[in-house]
This record gives sequence, C-alpha cells and structure tokens, in this order.
Amino acid sequence: MKPFDYQRPDTLSGAHGAARDGATFIAGGTNLIDLMKLEVMAPDTLIDISRLGLDRIVPHGDGLHVGATVTNSDLAADMRIRRDYPVLARALLAGASGQLRNKATTGGNLLQRTRCPYFYDTATPCNKRSPGSGCAALGGEMRNHAVLGTSEHCVALHPSDMAVAMRALDVTVEVEGADGTRSETALDDFYRLPGDRPDQETTLDAGDLITGVILPAPFGGRQTYRKVRDRASYAFALVSVAATVRMENDRISNVALAFGGIGTRPWRDPDVEDLLTGETPTTALFEKAGDILMKDAVLREGLEFKDTLVRRLLTATLTEMTQ
Amino acid sequence: MKTSFTVNGSPFSIDLDPRVTLLDALRDHLNLTGSKKGCDHGQCGACTVLVDGRRINACLSLAVMHDGDEITTVEGLSEDGRSPLQSAFVRHDGMQCGYCTPGQLCSATAVFREIAEGWPSHVSETLDGPYALTREELAERMSGNICRCSCYPGINAAILETAEEDAGYAEAAE
Amino acid sequence: MTFDLKIDEPHPEHRADGLAQGVLEQDNDRPDGWLKVAGTATYAAEEQADDMLHGFLVRAPKIGAVSCPNVDDVRAMEGVRSVLRDPRMIRNAAQGTANEAPAQGVDRAAYVGQPVALVVAESFEQARHAAQALVVSVEEEDKPVQPDAVEPEKPEDKSTELGDLDRAMSEAAFTVDAVYTTPSMVSAAMEPHAATAHWDGETLTLRGSLQMLKFNRNELADSVGLDPKHVRVLAPYVGGGFGSKLGISADCVAAALAAMELKQPVRVVQHRRNVFEVNTRRSETRQHIRLAADTEGRLTGLGHEALVSNLPEEEFSEPVIQGSHFAYAASNRTLGMKVARIHRSAAGSVRAPGESVGVTAFEVAMDELAQAAGVDPVNLRLRNIPEKDPESGKPFSSHRLEAALRQGADAFGWSHRHAAPRQQREGEWWIGTGMAAAFRVNMVIEAEARISLTRDGATVMSDMTDIGTGSYAIFGQIAAELLGLPLDRIDAQLGDTRFPPGSGSGGSFGAASTGTAVWLAGMEIRKQIADRLGCSEAELTLKDGKATYANKRASLRDLLSDEPITGHGHVEPGEAAEKVRQATFGAHFAEVAVSDVTGEVCVRRMLGSFAAGRILNPRTATSQCHGGMTWGIGMALTEELTHDRRDGHAVNRDLAGYHLPVNADVPPLEVHFVEELDDWAGPMQAKGIGELGICGAGASILNAVYNACGARVRDMPATPDRVLAALPS
Repeated sequence: MKPFDYQRPDTLSGAHGAARDGATFIAGGTNLIDLMKLEVMAPDTLIDISRLGLDRIVPHGDGLHVGATVTNSDLAADMRIRRDYPVLARALLAGASGQLRNKATTGGNLLQRTRCPYFYDTATPCNKRSPGSGCAALGGEMRNHAVLGTSEHCVALHPSDMAVAMRALDVTVEVEGADGTRSETALDDFYRLPGDRPDQETTLDAGDLITGVILPAPFGGRQTYRKVRDRASYAFALVSVAATVRMENDRISNVALAFGGIGTRPWRDPDVEDLLTGETPTTALFEKAGDILMKDAVLREGLEFKDTLVRRLLTATLTEMTQ
Repeated sequence: MKTSFTVNGSPFSIDLDPRVTLLDALRDHLNLTGSKKGCDHGQCGACTVLVDGRRINACLSLAVMHDGDEITTVEGLSEDGRSPLQSAFVRHDGMQCGYCTPGQLCSATAVFREIAEGWPSHVSETLDGPYALTREELAERMSGNICRCSCYPGINAAILETAEEDAGYAEAAE
Repeated sequence: MTFDLKIDEPHPEHRADGLAQGVLEQDNDRPDGWLKVAGTATYAAEEQADDMLHGFLVRAPKIGAVSCPNVDDVRAMEGVRSVLRDPRMIRNAAQGTANEAPAQGVDRAAYVGQPVALVVAESFEQARHAAQALVVSVEEEDKPVQPDAVEPEKPEDKSTELGDLDRAMSEAAFTVDAVYTTPSMVSAAMEPHAATAHWDGETLTLRGSLQMLKFNRNELADSVGLDPKHVRVLAPYVGGGFGSKLGISADCVAAALAAMELKQPVRVVQHRRNVFEVNTRRSETRQHIRLAADTEGRLTGLGHEALVSNLPEEEFSEPVIQGSHFAYAASNRTLGMKVARIHRSAAGSVRAPGESVGVTAFEVAMDELAQAAGVDPVNLRLRNIPEKDPESGKPFSSHRLEAALRQGADAFGWSHRHAAPRQQREGEWWIGTGMAAAFRVNMVIEAEARISLTRDGATVMSDMTDIGTGSYAIFGQIAAELLGLPLDRIDAQLGDTRFPPGSGSGGSFGAASTGTAVWLAGMEIRKQIADRLGCSEAELTLKDGKATYANKRASLRDLLSDEPITGHGHVEPGEAAEKVRQATFGAHFAEVAVSDVTGEVCVRRMLGSFAAGRILNPRTATSQCHGGMTWGIGMALTEELTHDRRDGHAVNRDLAGYHLPVNADVPPLEVHFVEELDDWAGPMQAKGIGELGICGAGASILNAVYNACGARVRDMPATPDRVLAALPS
C-alpha cells in the first residue's frame, strides 16, 4: 500500500475541494482497501466521505432516495426496501458476508471492481489495471469471466449483486460534479462496455461523486433474485438473475430481467423483455428468451457452462414467477 | 495521524500511519492480539470486531476512519473470558486450532442483535420478519467466518444454546 | 528415569481399563479452549517487542533467473532496514520429517511465487510497500507446468503387479474402467505461516507456526547454518496446519536470517497469497481405476494407477494408492504411481496424503461397480473385505470395517434408500444418498515426553504441538489417569524444543505416539510411587491424589518430598510394523439435494462411523472427524486451486477464489465410534483419528449426487457446471 494523504471533510463541498488527480473517495473501503493493499489501486489521497450525511434513505417522489453511504446492511434491512423492492433486498443479502455488508455502501457497491484474478495480480498484464498492457485472462484460466459485452481487450465480469437488482429496477444514479452541479444518470447508461478502454468503467468524470441512488415508484408484481455460486454463501455469482414480473389475464404484462455473472456490466437486454411482454408464459417462450439473451455471447474456453446455466436459470425463474 | 477511539470501554489516542488498518492498530499498537489476521482481505472473518455494536472485518478498515468509534474485540466480550457464549464454545468444542474463534465470537454477538432487530438473511423465507435463530439462519449469518478445522457443528451448537438460554435475547427476538 | 518402549509385540493387557481416576476416554473440555475463547492463546505473530522489525516476502513473478535492479532504491525507502537476498532463504517449505534444509536460493525461481527477497522495515506498512516497490526481473526459462507435458518418473518401489489384471478384466462379469481427477488443493489453515525471530548473538529463538518442532529445529539450523543446540523453536499454539506446517517454512528462515543480520527481533507473516504458493499444495491427481468383479460383485481384479506432480528435487509424491494396497481383496492387482516433474509450486502433505484423494476416487469407482453389478454398495464393500493384507499376506492388527459399515448403515437408515438413481424429488431438487468406506494407514513414530510430579500436581512436557488436534486435552487426561489426579492438577506444556522431543503433529500419529510417551512417563512415576509404598506398579491404585495398596493408603502429598518425581517416556516403532498391517477404518454416509436447474449440490446430512482404537477423548475426536468430513465436502464440491496453463502460477490464490466450505455448506454431522482396542497399537490400544474422517468422505457425497440425479462426476470438485454437464438429459 502506497503512502497516501487521508482527509475527512465535513461537507460535500469540502470533499470536492479535496478532490484532485490521484485522489479517490473512500466510504466503506471493503474493495478499495483490498485493492490498495495489493497496489492494484494506489491513490495518493483518500477523501473519506463516510461522514457527510449521505447515509439516509428518504422518500423521493413516489420512490426513494438512497444515500451513497447507506450500508448494504441498512439498505437490506430497511422496511420500505423489503416491502416495495424485495428484489433489491434479496440481492443485497445474497452478497458478501454480514461483516462486509455492514461496511460496504451503496455508492461503493456500484463502483466495485472486477474480481478477475489477473486484474488482482500485478505480476500479469491487465488492460483494466494498466491500460495497453494486454489481457492475461485471454489464453489463461477463465471461469468467473464475462461472455457478454466483452472485447479483445477485456473479459472482466462485473461482480455486484446489488447493481444487478438495481438494473432491473431502473434506478437512477445521482452524481455531484466537482463544481457542485448535480446530475442524474440512468443505471442503464452508467456503465460502459470495455471496448478498448476497459479501465473506464463508468460515465463518471474526474471528481464526480455519487451522492445517491434514486429508486423509482414501486413496481409491484413478483420479484426475485436468484444467485448460483460455487458454495452456499460468501461467494461471487457464477450466474444470477434479478427478475420483476407482473401478470395480467395470465399474460406477462410487464417484466424486467437483469443478469449477473455473464456480462462486463450488470446485464439487461430489452429485446428479451420485448419478446416476453404480452405473451402467455410457456417453456418454449422462455427458451426463446434465452436464445435472444445469449445471441451475442462469446463463449471462450472455460466459460461454455455459462450459456447452459443462464438459460436454465432464466427458464426456471420465469416459470416460477409466472405460475 | 492522531486517532482516538474507545476499545473495550477504554479510550485510546494514538498516532498512526493512515495505512494502518483497524486490525493492525489493535494488534500491534494496542497489543490486543485476540483479533486475528487470517487473510487481511475480508475473505475469512478471523478479524471480526464490533464497531458501535455492528460486526465488521477489521482488516478492511483503516484505523483513522474510526475516530470516535466504540470498538469491541474478543478481549472485551467479558471480564473473565467466560461469558455464557464463551463457555458454550468450550463446552461444545466450538474450536480446534482456535484461530478463527475470536472472530466467530464477535460475529455471533452481532448476530444476536441482528436477529433481535429483525434483520432478514439470504435464507429467510420472507422479508417481513421477525426471525427465529434456526440452524439454517445461523449457518447463513455465520458464513462470513470461515473455520478450516470445520468446527461449525460445535460453533452452531454453542451459539444456539446461548441464544436459547439468554432470556433477554429471546424476548428481543419475539 | 526413562521407560523405553519399542512396539514389537501386541499389548493385550488393557491397563487403561483398570485405572481408577476415570478421566481417560471421558468427554472433557479442551483446557486450551479457555485461552482460545478469551483471545489470549499466543500464536506465532502475537509477540510484541518495542524494537520489532517487520519483514515482507517478495515473490518471483516468473520462472527463471532472478535479479532485483532497484534494490538500492528500495533500501533507501522510508523505514527500510534491509532487503535480504540471501542464498540461504528457502525455495519452499520443507517436506514433513525432512530434518534438513529444503532447496535453497533466491537467484533462480523454480516456480512462480517463489520467495526471492525479504524486505525488512520498521513497520509492517513500510515493509509491505517497499516489498511491492522491489522490481523482480526474471530472465524467463521455458519450463513444463502441465503434468501431461513431461514423461513422468515411475518409482518402482511404489508399484504392485500381481496376477493378470487385463485377463481378469476380460473375464469379469462386471467391470469399471474409468479415469478420475482431483485438482491441486491447499491446507489453507486459518493462521497464515508466521515467525518471530530473536538472535542474541549465540542463540536463535523462533516462534513459528509449525507442526513438528524437533524436525523444524534441525531444518532451521541447517538452513541458516547454526548448530541445532543454538536454535530454540516455540509453537505453543498453532492456528491449524493440516500438513502445510510440517516442515520449516520460508517465513521462519527469512525471519531468522534477518534477525541475525540486524540483531533485532524480526517478524515475518506470510501474506495469504504467499501461503497458497510458498508452502506445499496437495498435488493434482489423475487416477485410472479398473475393477473386475464376478457375478456377486466379488473383486477378481483391481487396478489403481495415478499420475501426480512435484517440483524437481522434492522427494514427496502424493501416495495416491496407499490405501488401495490393503483396502480390498482381489488376486489380480496392478497398482502404480507416476510423478511428473513440473514447475508448479511444491507439492507435499495435506491432510491424509494419499488416501484423501485415493480412497475418494476409488470409492466412487466402487459405487460404479455396485451400480453395474446391482449390488447394494454397503454389501459390495462387505463382500470384499480381505482376511489378511491382500499383497503382503500379513494379518491385520485389527479390522473393524464390517462393524463400521453395519453401524453406520443402521444409524443412517441406509435400508430406506432407493437403489436406482432419480427416484426422489422435492420441487426442482433431486434427493439421494450415498456411502463410501474409509481407510487410512496407521503409524507410530518416535516420541518422548516427561512428567514431573510435585505435591501440587503434575506437569507434562513435550515439544509436541497442538494444532487444534486436542494434544493438551488428551495428554492431561493420560497423565491424570495414570497418576490418579483430577484434571485440574495437570498442566501440559507443549510446543517448545526445550522439552523432550515428541512426535510432532502429522500423519494422525500424534495422539498415539506422543500420547504413549506420556503414558510411559506416567508409568515410570507409578513405579516410583509403588516402590515407596512397597508394592508393584500393577498393585498400586492412584485416585484423587491418594495412593492405595492393599490396606495401605497414603496421600501423594505425604509420599512426595520437596523433590518432584519425574518420569520420562520414550516410544519407538518396532517390529509390529513388520508383523502386521495396521490401519483405521470407517464408513461415510451422505444425503444430498441436487438442483435440476442449476446443478448446485446441497449436502443435507452426513454420518461417519469410525474405528480408530481406543478413543482418548470423544469430544476432541469427534471434532477431528467433523473436520475430516467437512474437508470431504470441500473436496467433493468446492475446492480447486487453478494453475495458469502458461506458467503454472496459482490463479485463485486467495480465500475468495479458493472456496473452503463455509458454515452454510455444512449440514449436521453425526459421528459414531466403533468399539475397538488395537493391541498392536501400543499400551493404550489407541490409533490416529485426525485424518480418517476425510478419507472417502467426498466419495459418499459424489455417490449421493449420482443416486439423486444420475450425474456421475469423476472430475472433482463437482461444481454446478460439472454436475449440469453430467446430468442425464
């Protein structure tokens, strides 16, 4: 861990004032400190935003505003989230451990870095860690890597459970820029595909600070988050799905599906939802949805199983939710 | 950097390199070596301590970020090291090598409170609560504390027995 | 006074049954438990000293000739006191019982991850950063890293060729001929390897996380170039070992060298990522198993040939077929080992080397035979129990497999099982049960212990370690039983080379070997007390601090002067090992649920039934079995160390990537002990229990997976993708 300057401003403007090249905001730190210990990340200034009062969940129109430093535990335990956004509570509870959820925050979770082992290994090339150095995962050992949204420069998976549920919920990310101006970005537009710059993971500009996440009015309907992993708990997803479904007259009237474990960002495909909307649920329909979801998948060696697994998960989840 | 916090009821004020984690501050600066370093990356739970009553991985937190916090380590769970929970761990052989034990004890202490406050878990049937501390609930909630000796049966028996016998806990859970 | 015993003959006198105190075999707390729950047990890195320096190991990023071009810059960094590039630093941990330095040197990396420098600084944070700043340049050498990339060695002494297996296979009513694979695995003890070294100009004192101190002292002395008499090693509490701490490790040698250079105490704790590379892993295995059986399922032929790997110069090779030599009768036998010399990190002992993976694969093959022959899997094992060692013809010292199978099957409710797969379903989950037999060689190794009896109580001393195994508990019980004292008047002091050399912890021999030394030391004291009372030792009754012979009765306080009575026990393996085949036996039963959607496997319950001689403390023994069974869950379902195909490095070398079973993976575990007193095991008739629980445990799970859903997984672990791939469509 490189030496760094630690600052703990009392106000948002103070946080912005401290921001400069080489500085990084820290809240829970569960991923950042992990990476700093390995010098995968080496900021020279840490700006502690954990005491800026961004830890509240308040009504926002018909929805909710979740402060950026609300912990994963507090968010999952909040009665409004449990009642109106169960898919989010379930996704949070499926992630990490009780200890980590007590520190990990909403904003930090959105920004957590990939768990690609080559990204974590400073002895190997990685375009995400060190742009232009190459990708050691390609030609190496792939299991927890992406099959959708990849490029020849990066196959790293987005590891979040929370963000998958948020993608299904159409949340908006609230950002305050270095100059104090606030903007809102739909989560759909927040994450970039790796392309030839896998180090640029989001649309955030330098100095931008996530101040919160806005949940739209409750969707109602049935909601679920299902995660498949190598052990029963405390492991990243092999594949996961966040689903919200409303039925009318035995037809699917509204559906949102987002996936973890397959994409370079939390994955959602509008074509899949278009296919399903208005249809009578059948296994054949769900299998067709799987075809659409995976039509552009690149199944590199070691990742072939994700195709089978995500299709089975999709069919089973929709079957259960439309019964 | 000057940092002040309370550990096990006693105030401390120490000058720290900001790189020092809460775990290393406890172990190497305050000589409270009960909290263990198993992985230093939040992947095992051996370093679990309570901060303002909530459990965290002390290895993944910078000490300077805890200015003003109240921290409880295994050394602070009881005066004599023989609280009902600690005694139950010995009785049920909830440890072999003992290295994960302080983290298990701190984690279990927090689980009692999380259950009492009605926090759901991944295995909860519904999100409504309240929740009883069943074996399945406990196993999920304690899964952030790895025990390679694999004393999970003894650990769980000790925690469940303590929960049953602690009336205060039982009332809170209802 | 010393009581020397070489185990040449059986010990049919069951003296333990006639002793009066009644604490042996009792379900007692482990006395060290109180320190562990209070957080006051002192592991290797707990020691504090104001002038303590901190060392951080630096790894080679590639295989080849190593240089560090910026070493002077790093030496000038804040707080840095030394960048050690000493040729005496070791390449990897020594193998168990090596008793000498392992391969040494920092100029050439034989594998990715080899320690090539130690950076020492005033604080841990400074040392870590400086270690990361040290540039390690490697002139890369092209070395094989895949087991099938080289022509393997074929050690002749490890093979058996009896009869004609090919013919037996062609004439058999039923056969199995399949290949099973297990991946590299690691011990992953919760305490990372760590050392604190002090040098006073003459004596090196090292607190380490080590299992076998009498060997470790010699290995350390040989590594750094000191006479062993100037080396003291302490390890009173060890945070797990499972084989990875059998031999001296890189942190110990580097810390010692740094302390000697800087004349200040130095602490080196291996980073968890180092732990995966620098210490020995369990070799991956490829096992070709052939079974030939008659119409009743009686084996006529048996083949078990395995390929494992290790680095050049390492003597150890995973003894995969060790259990197959004696597990089942069959007159036509082909057993053999191949060792590929490749440049992955060193392979060595991990809990139950050999049988852990060998029995597991073999017991899956036996399940396949049971299925093919239409014989109940328990009956198949019963039908193939050999009357004597099937290769040497030696009698078994004791053989309780049948009892273990029958008791286990009864307790589990095996008779209610569906013989055919895919018969029981709950929603998307297939439910099934499976079983496997357990086998593990048993051995005693040389050990010494001393007991000192004073008016206040007794102290047991040995350099024996307690790595979670329960040494403190059972040595206290043995001494208390022999000396007729309540447990709270016994103090066991372990883990210090100033005490008599015990066996060390490993190979399940600790309790029986050092325990027997404690027993002998206690006997020696009994003789001295009997002398004072004017009777023979056998006539003496000692209970609650009182000695009784006929109508004479005296308290130990009165019998003792101010001088303590000491007894020294010394046990050695003898001709028994030549005269009989000695092993421990057991049976595993498991019930699983398998998701038809995702291939996830959930173990719903496990039961183990074990025969390991006299059980000295059922509680600590049960905990050991829980451990073994849970390791079986890991082997069957979750654990796999992945090596990069290009340079062999361990890819998932942390506890997030290498999946140890967590609490939620482990169902209620039921343990039963089969009554057994093995007279050939020494005066206590006790054998080892620390490893039996893992041998075959994974097979019971994999066989249950097959019974549940029809997926036969032969490549471990059975992760969801592998189960899905094997699922009948």
